[in-house]
Amino acid sequence: MASYDFVFSALGLEKWCSAEQSSAPMSMADLLAKTKGTDPDAEISLWNTPFPSMDALNASCGAFPQSRDLTKGLEQGFLSIKDALSVVLDPITQPLSWFLDTALYGMLTAPWWIIIPLLLVVVQLVTKSFKLVAFVGVCLSLLAFIDYYEYAMQTLSIILVCAFLCVLIGVPIGIAMSRSNMMQRLSIPVLDMLQTLPPFVYLIPLIFLFSVTESKLYGIAIILYAIVPVIRLTNLGIRLVDKDVIEAADAFGMTDRQKLYRVQIPLALPNIMAGVNQTIMMSLAMVVIASLVSAPGLGVLVLRGIRNLELGVGLVAGLGIVILAVILDRVTKASLARINSAQKH
Amino acid sequence: MKNDVKVSVRNLYKIFGDDPQGALTHVRAGMSKSELLEKHNHVLGLQDINIDMRDGEITVIMGLSGSGKSTLIRHLNRLIEPTAGEIEVEGNNVLAYNENALRTLRREWMSMVFQKFALLPHRTVLENTGMALSVRGYSVADFESEAIHWLNRVGLEGHGNQYPHQLSGGMQQRVGIARALTSNAPIMLMDEAFSALDPLIRTDMQELLLDLQSELKKTIVFITHDLDESLKLADNLVILKEGYVVQQGEPQEILLNPNDSYIKDFISDINRARVLRVKSVMTHTTEKPEQCAGEVNERDNLESIIARSEGHTDKVYRVMAEDRQVGTLSMKQLMKALVPPLQENTPSEGADAKSETQTA
Repeated sequence: MASYDFVFSALGLEKWCSAEQSSAPMSMADLLAKTKGTDPDAEISLWNTPFPSMDALNASCGAFPQSRDLTKGLEQGFLSIKDALSVVLDPITQPLSWFLDTALYGMLTAPWWIIIPLLLVVVQLVTKSFKLVAFVGVCLSLLAFIDYYEYAMQTLSIILVCAFLCVLIGVPIGIAMSRSNMMQRLSIPVLDMLQTLPPFVYLIPLIFLFSVTESKLYGIAIILYAIVPVIRLTNLGIRLVDKDVIEAADAFGMTDRQKLYRVQIPLALPNIMAGVNQTIMMSLAMVVIASLVSAPGLGVLVLRGIRNLELGVGLVAGLGIVILAVILDRVTKASLARINSAQKH
Repeated sequence: MKNDVKVSVRNLYKIFGDDPQGALTHVRAGMSKSELLEKHNHVLGLQDINIDMRDGEITVIMGLSGSGKSTLIRHLNRLIEPTAGEIEVEGNNVLAYNENALRTLRREWMSMVFQKFALLPHRTVLENTGMALSVRGYSVADFESEAIHWLNRVGLEGHGNQYPHQLSGGMQQRVGIARALTSNAPIMLMDEAFSALDPLIRTDMQELLLDLQSELKKTIVFITHDLDESLKLADNLVILKEGYVVQQGEPQEILLNPNDSYIKDFISDINRARVLRVKSVMTHTTEKPEQCAGEVNERDNLESIIARSEGHTDKVYRVMAEDRQVGTLSMKQLMKALVPPLQENTPSEGADAKSETQTA
């Protein structure tokens, strides 16, 4: 006698319940109860009455689905649309694989004495600070000296490609959000979900959709995870542009396009750059997790450290990630500061 | 002789709220602003505004904060859409314009100067000055000479390559004025353009504006909450209160014949000797007075006449305009004009009412 028999008898559904006896395999709890020899149908006191959950109701009525049917249904639902989904998604996302593979190939085949100076020149161009260039030079040399150069460059090229694509996709979405309140209302729940979903969860459906050998698998995971701040801050930045300046732009007869390119984007640039900084930091966080699905780089070493309990390898690779993070953060912040000082109010 | 009407506002209403048209019928039926807010939760912004702004004149719209003056000026270039009424620029109904025509109006017919300057912080002073032209598609090289000309004219030689934040408030507003002038539009809208500046700089800017106006003869619509400023600049003064026009006309005329206790309160503590001019208190005659004490210009203010008379109250002056006599002015007339018209209500009540409106 289960707790909720009375519900089904009151509703007159006994026939439906007994007609479709659950054919699901016996659950662990049932099995345990059986081996212990306790009678599952024994009278249950009010104190021990279970919450009317799916499993509890199933105990009363065999036709009622169990909770594992829910997860199973979700899985089967996904699997049934998976093929159709990959037909659409595969070609769309194929360029991502090309970008990542090209970047990795380029970074690794070009000799170190080209790549390191090239990176330093980029740092100099973006920040105009020799101090920072020297700092980045020392950090990269250190990584190269301990023979982590290759791993660091793999991580770096994945981050650069993914962050670039995040900006390319995220800024237009942010602009669209800033222009339409409807768009903003629709996007914010999606962004909230992307931001709070545990990063491992991204990987599960992606493994089903794409082959693990393809680099776009981790590329998509990183982009989905890291694109949120650049979208949010672009939207915010454009919405925060001084209303008086916008009014002046209108009063002088600017078209919407002129207003966007000459007023809104330049004035929102400090916020957009803050978003780019966050996006880069978040892709660095995700690139480590993505090593679970074959993303190369320092994350692989961290993973090896965990798997084989190689304490030294794990720690050094972790420190390497810290160094990369510091470099990327300092460089983007320095360029942000340059933009800020160029347009003080 | 009066100039042609350049901009004309007819029966303009603006109501803020969810259903302005519904609220409009209530207002037309005679509902007051406070009643409308209480019963229907709509704000009556402007109520039956009729103003003619003449070519080459400075029309000053004056009122306290909340009187709807900034709302009114934004209707002229349709930054705000009216609920009902007509706005005509040289006889063309602006409200019938489509998007393109409206853009042309804003680009080529009207320029605007803002209270908070509203310069582009990431562009140089020169680029800001040429904004109106660059919006029309000209490059910096095209408008550079024009922009430099107007920057020099407003007294900013050599500042072209600086950024707005490097300039003081007064200089930034000079850029704002230069920007409006560079657009070469015949109509200039100035929204509390000098209110954010300190008093000395404000006086400088007023002089600059009058100086430019005597040369350019633009149609200027100037918004202010400062009576002294409006009396100094206005050819035509419109006084707004809670969204309707209390009185409009020549400033001297309003000063001598205020038609409302609100305006009387307003003008009670200004320096009348400095604001009133000979022209508005003299006796119109071409006969030469006996015992003429000298000649004065019709545009002189009374303060300068008092200084000339050295305190004698029995002198009579000949009033001249361009070498011709247009009237006579006795010191007795002058002294009478210095006394503000008597308050209808008792002075203490009037003072209370004024402090209320100021705090509100």
